[in-house]
Amino acid sequence: MKQNTLSYKIRQYLMFAGPGTVLFLAVVIVPFLYGLYLTLTSWDGVSATKPFVGFENFAAAFQDSAYWEAMGRTVIYSVFAVVLINIVAFALAYLVTQGIKGQNFFRAGFFVPNLIGGIVLGYVWKFVFNRAFVALFSGTSLLSTTNGAMFCLILVSVWQYAGYMMLIYVAGFMSVSGEVREAAMIDGCTSGQAMMHVTIPLMRSSFVQCIFLSITRCFVVYDVNLSLTKGEPFGSSVMAAMHVYNQAFTYKNYGLGQAEALILFVVCAIVGVTQVMLGKKGEVEA
Amino acid sequence: MMTENERAARRKKIAHALMWVLLLVLFICFIFPFLMVIINVFKDKSDITRDPLSLIGAAKGFILTNFPEAMKKMNFWTVFGNSLIVTVCATVLTIVVSSMTAFVIVRNGKWKFCTLMFSLMIASMVIPFQVLMVPLVSVYGGTLGVLNHRITLILMHVGFSVSMAMFMFHGAIKTNIPLELEEAATIDGCSRWQTFWKVVFPLLKPTVATVAIINAMAYWNDYLLPSLVLTKKDLYTIPIATQAFYGTYSTDIGLVMAALLLAMLPILILYVFLQRYIVQGVTAGAVKG
Repeated sequence: MKQNTLSYKIRQYLMFAGPGTVLFLAVVIVPFLYGLYLTLTSWDGVSATKPFVGFENFAAAFQDSAYWEAMGRTVIYSVFAVVLINIVAFALAYLVTQGIKGQNFFRAGFFVPNLIGGIVLGYVWKFVFNRAFVALFSGTSLLSTTNGAMFCLILVSVWQYAGYMMLIYVAGFMSVSGEVREAAMIDGCTSGQAMMHVTIPLMRSSFVQCIFLSITRCFVVYDVNLSLTKGEPFGSSVMAAMHVYNQAFTYKNYGLGQAEALILFVVCAIVGVTQVMLGKKGEVEA
Repeated sequence: MMTENERAARRKKIAHALMWVLLLVLFICFIFPFLMVIINVFKDKSDITRDPLSLIGAAKGFILTNFPEAMKKMNFWTVFGNSLIVTVCATVLTIVVSSMTAFVIVRNGKWKFCTLMFSLMIASMVIPFQVLMVPLVSVYGGTLGVLNHRITLILMHVGFSVSMAMFMFHGAIKTNIPLELEEAATIDGCSRWQTFWKVVFPLLKPTVATVAIINAMAYWNDYLLPSLVLTKKDLYTIPIATQAFYGTYSTDIGLVMAALLLAMLPILILYVFLQRYIVQGVTAGAVKG
């Protein structure tokens, strides 16, 4: 049979997977490897030579206090945003799976922020914070204070992602059959106890997934950061991703920027993988 | 006297009514920012500054002039066309390229090379764009000089989504397409190519819809990659144009409102008609991915 020869396999592969593989390698793998090389140079983005500097960029990245401040800020922002996103999303999912009239309409409505890009959302909220809320509560804009800007970023992120995570929790609620809950109620559980001890444990995989998605998104937040606060006031709301962008493209420290991006990736990956492993460990089945 | 059942039914009814009110309040909170844009888009900037909460401007009243002016300054139709071309081409290509890739990988599951490619693609999904943007710009902008072409952006979009889309097609082919079906097609004289396009692909429709919806939304709204690839004004997509518009006209708040509404309208209109499919597609994509 010619189907088992290596050359046949290779021809099949190239015919079907050739374009996909080439594009994937060209925009993900090659840049990733090239990026590793860039971290070892002090390239300014313009000159033809890329002076080799060894691990100097990593040393500089570890000493870049602005970077670590941005990183710390990102961690604080992510913790608040992830917790709130998931609480709000879970509550919304609970409310729209109770068989209430118009629940599909509400589901669709809560999802709307996800349809629109972060840039546009950021400017819409900027108007709301700077004008509408100022007129409503007659004060100064929250965006003009350090803590206020951070609060605004968290609020907008919660608003933006809650509807998306809600859909995942809705799918989770649907997968827990009503019978299991009823059985628990017959055995004497109150509906609160049934929720705590039956429904939520069975939805563990939804939680793992939503928390993973929200962590990985919050850690590299950029669009909303750029349009809503632009890092202001006084650079107090520059998140890690924005710092990396500025380091590379504004200050032209390509090597240093790339090294800082890599550190961001490693931190994000460690947090994400740890969370998934912890979450998977205690998974139960009905 | 009410029976136990009647009492329970009544309690449930009251609970539902309360939850309905709660949902309505939450819903209004959720759409409040959009409402703000909608009421202010019909006001002059002096009226917006005076009172952003009033329904109709006090001095100039109800005006429509913000729209044509914002459209002209934002170059709306060109920008809209650019976004449309990029989104449609990239989405179609993503589906074609990644379904074919998944097909070969599933059907050669025992070949080490395929498992390696598969693992490489899955592993790459955790790499955030921030890690790739600098080398991407330096390779394609500096060395090859192919930036500022729509086709570059389209191919890059495809390259970034191919792993995720491949993964979804992989699952669908593995679980839903029996091998016997393909064997039957081969016996009937189909080549592998024909088997894929005439037998396998038509059965993948639900996954095609999911992949299309998720990726089209991502492409339409993406800012960072397009902003790095397209720097010429007449190639701008909607998110870049919005960003540039705000930079130039941020003080002319009436125009900004119109530009923001214009940026949101196309996808909101689409959502009204395709809402069921979008919600389904996103859920399917999120739960599988």
